[in-house]
Amino acid sequence: MTAVQTQTLLSVRNIVKHFPIRSKGLLRRQIGAVQAVSDVSFDIAEGETLGLVGESGCGKSTTARVVLNLIPATSGEVLYKGRDLTTLGRADMRALRRELQIVFQDPYASLDPRLPVSEIIAEPLRIHGRYADGGKEQVRRLMQTVGLKPEHGNRYAHEFSGGQRQRIGIARALALRPKLLVLDEPVSALDVSIQAGVLNLLDELQAELGLSYLFVSHDLSVVRHIADRIAVMYLGQIVETGTSEQLFTAPAHPYTQALISAIPLPDPRKERARERIMVVGDLPSPANPPSGCRFRTRCPKFASELTSEQQTRCVEQPPELVERGQGHPVSCHYAERRSLL
Amino acid sequence: MSERASEPWTPSERASEPSTPRSSEHIDLAPQRRKGTKGDVVLEVSGLDVTFPSEDGAVRAVRGVDYTLHRGEVLGIVGESGSGKSVTSMAVMRLLPTTAQVSGEVWFDGRDLLSLTENEMTRVRGSRIAMIFQDPMTSLNPVYTIGDQIAEAVRAHHDVSKAAALDRAVELLDKVRIPNAKERAGSFPHELSGGMRQRVVIAIAMANDPDVIIADEPTTALDVTVQAQIMDALAAAQDETGAAMVLITHDLGVIAGQADRVLVMYAGKLVEVGTAEDVFYTPRMPYTLGLLGSLPRLDQRSARLTPIPGSPPSVVNMPPGCPFGPRCPKHTARCDESEPELRPTTGPGHLAACHYAETLEGAAAGEVFETEVADHAALAALAEES
Repeated sequence: MTAVQTQTLLSVRNIVKHFPIRSKGLLRRQIGAVQAVSDVSFDIAEGETLGLVGESGCGKSTTARVVLNLIPATSGEVLYKGRDLTTLGRADMRALRRELQIVFQDPYASLDPRLPVSEIIAEPLRIHGRYADGGKEQVRRLMQTVGLKPEHGNRYAHEFSGGQRQRIGIARALALRPKLLVLDEPVSALDVSIQAGVLNLLDELQAELGLSYLFVSHDLSVVRHIADRIAVMYLGQIVETGTSEQLFTAPAHPYTQALISAIPLPDPRKERARERIMVVGDLPSPANPPSGCRFRTRCPKFASELTSEQQTRCVEQPPELVERGQGHPVSCHYAERRSLL
Repeated sequence: MSERASEPWTPSERASEPSTPRSSEHIDLAPQRRKGTKGDVVLEVSGLDVTFPSEDGAVRAVRGVDYTLHRGEVLGIVGESGSGKSVTSMAVMRLLPTTAQVSGEVWFDGRDLLSLTENEMTRVRGSRIAMIFQDPMTSLNPVYTIGDQIAEAVRAHHDVSKAAALDRAVELLDKVRIPNAKERAGSFPHELSGGMRQRVVIAIAMANDPDVIIADEPTTALDVTVQAQIMDALAAAQDETGAAMVLITHDLGVIAGQADRVLVMYAGKLVEVGTAEDVFYTPRMPYTLGLLGSLPRLDQRSARLTPIPGSPPSVVNMPPGCPFGPRCPKHTARCDESEPELRPTTGPGHLAACHYAETLEGAAAGEVFETEVADHAALAALAEES
């Protein structure tokens, strides 16, 4: 599934998102900022899937929301077909929303409990004034497409299982024929046997409709299955990015390596023979990230392989996300490819 | 919190056991103390049934579960939400609400736990059988320091001074690899991260050197790098105490790495039992095969996943026949007549509840299950329009 060389659909340039921390009391002065996203850039080509992975608190969902202009960026540009979304007015943005849609994680919270399903799917069509022209038929077709029975259109969201609800969310997102779907942990709330159905559906939709996906997930196995390219985030920054193949066969950043080695394989002989790269401690506060390399406080390489001179560089100099002879960009001064699977 | 006992514990009541220095200031909990040899049966569950009354009828959450747990063994229980894997263990610990109707037998240390009085059961919980839950924030008390909570667990079952119990708490925190254990003992749960809290819960479980540790989704709420740390701490706890472990999880990767034997549950019943290798390499129940095929793999680029169609049955007023029947590609009329019993398949220890277990030999999930999901006619029409 390597992406055919096509045009860049979305180009994210140096986006930064800080959430203010305010003092208590009347004045509520700003006393700091949670640096949720710090200088993140990536491109998504037409028909391509970019997987954005990382653990909780790494800023992946915030990035997804900034991309859709659902929350304003502190700085940076989001170029969609050459237009910067961050500077668009409400009306212009609204028109563009047809092409940029999102599917949320929680299929229980993201569907209106008081609307029948056919209305939930019809809502985007109505808002954009497209319902009058054969909307009813379109809703039926959308339901069919995602594997739901059109006869069930008058049921309510609570009458469906988790997997079916997620399909409703997907049908709603497809209603306006978007070009880019942002999928924010779309299968995390589902049991594996149900999750597989939603993943296969996303595959089939992409193949037929030529959609681009920004797939946000904490689950590397899922991302490996679905993504063409992957960006790994840690504490608001992308630490490594490359094709799915590059990242899994030769990860070069110690964090990516730790992530891959931490995930247990459903294969007893392989799993028991693996070496584990353990990360120590917990995520530092994004309000006060470590100087230099943000991962150094938990980095197994920093702790056990580097000399104190080498460590000084990690502490003082933030590593840039550039190609360092690894075949793909890595933000580690001492990046080294390893085979872990 | 299961480790909390309402009754003070006195050594004399523990006559059935070899004498140990229970009341000395030094708490010696060497693993060999009362652990028999590896391989002995330590817990035996037979014919366990759990039914909850509901407005729609009886909910049969667990139906006729039998298993044995051997010393030093890790027994994995897998299943999806609602399969009854947690309820089974809650029934063993007798932690279900009183409305639950529990029948069957749970043999532990020569006694049927289901026939013990509440006081007797309190002495078993936390001391002989410890439990670790999914959410460490709700299993810890927010208003006591973690050191106090571990010490309380120690003192609930041992007659020792507060100071000695606190020393033991620090020792336990150190064993679950909490850095600066001595200072950390003075922290409150909210001051710790999720991974640290779970380690505190593991320390409490270890506190009385149990024979059995039941861990119910111990890593589910945690990030993967922290998950690995917790599995490590659990392994340390098991080494230290020599306890047998029941590991309940929906994560087949965790099971593959940790479990010696595996129970697969579906709709309240065991549908497959075997060693980890039996279950992962030669599954003989279509459900297990489908479950494995639906997992995206980190170590290979799987072309297609095999979703299992439909959803698990409601356990209220279950129809006769195989509960997996409606979702099963091997389904025939015979499957609806009666529910297939667990029976030996590839070996005496490898059981599966399927009439057609043998037909799965050498079959890949993709050959048995459909992989297409979308309605392609509708999809093509949609593509045409746009």
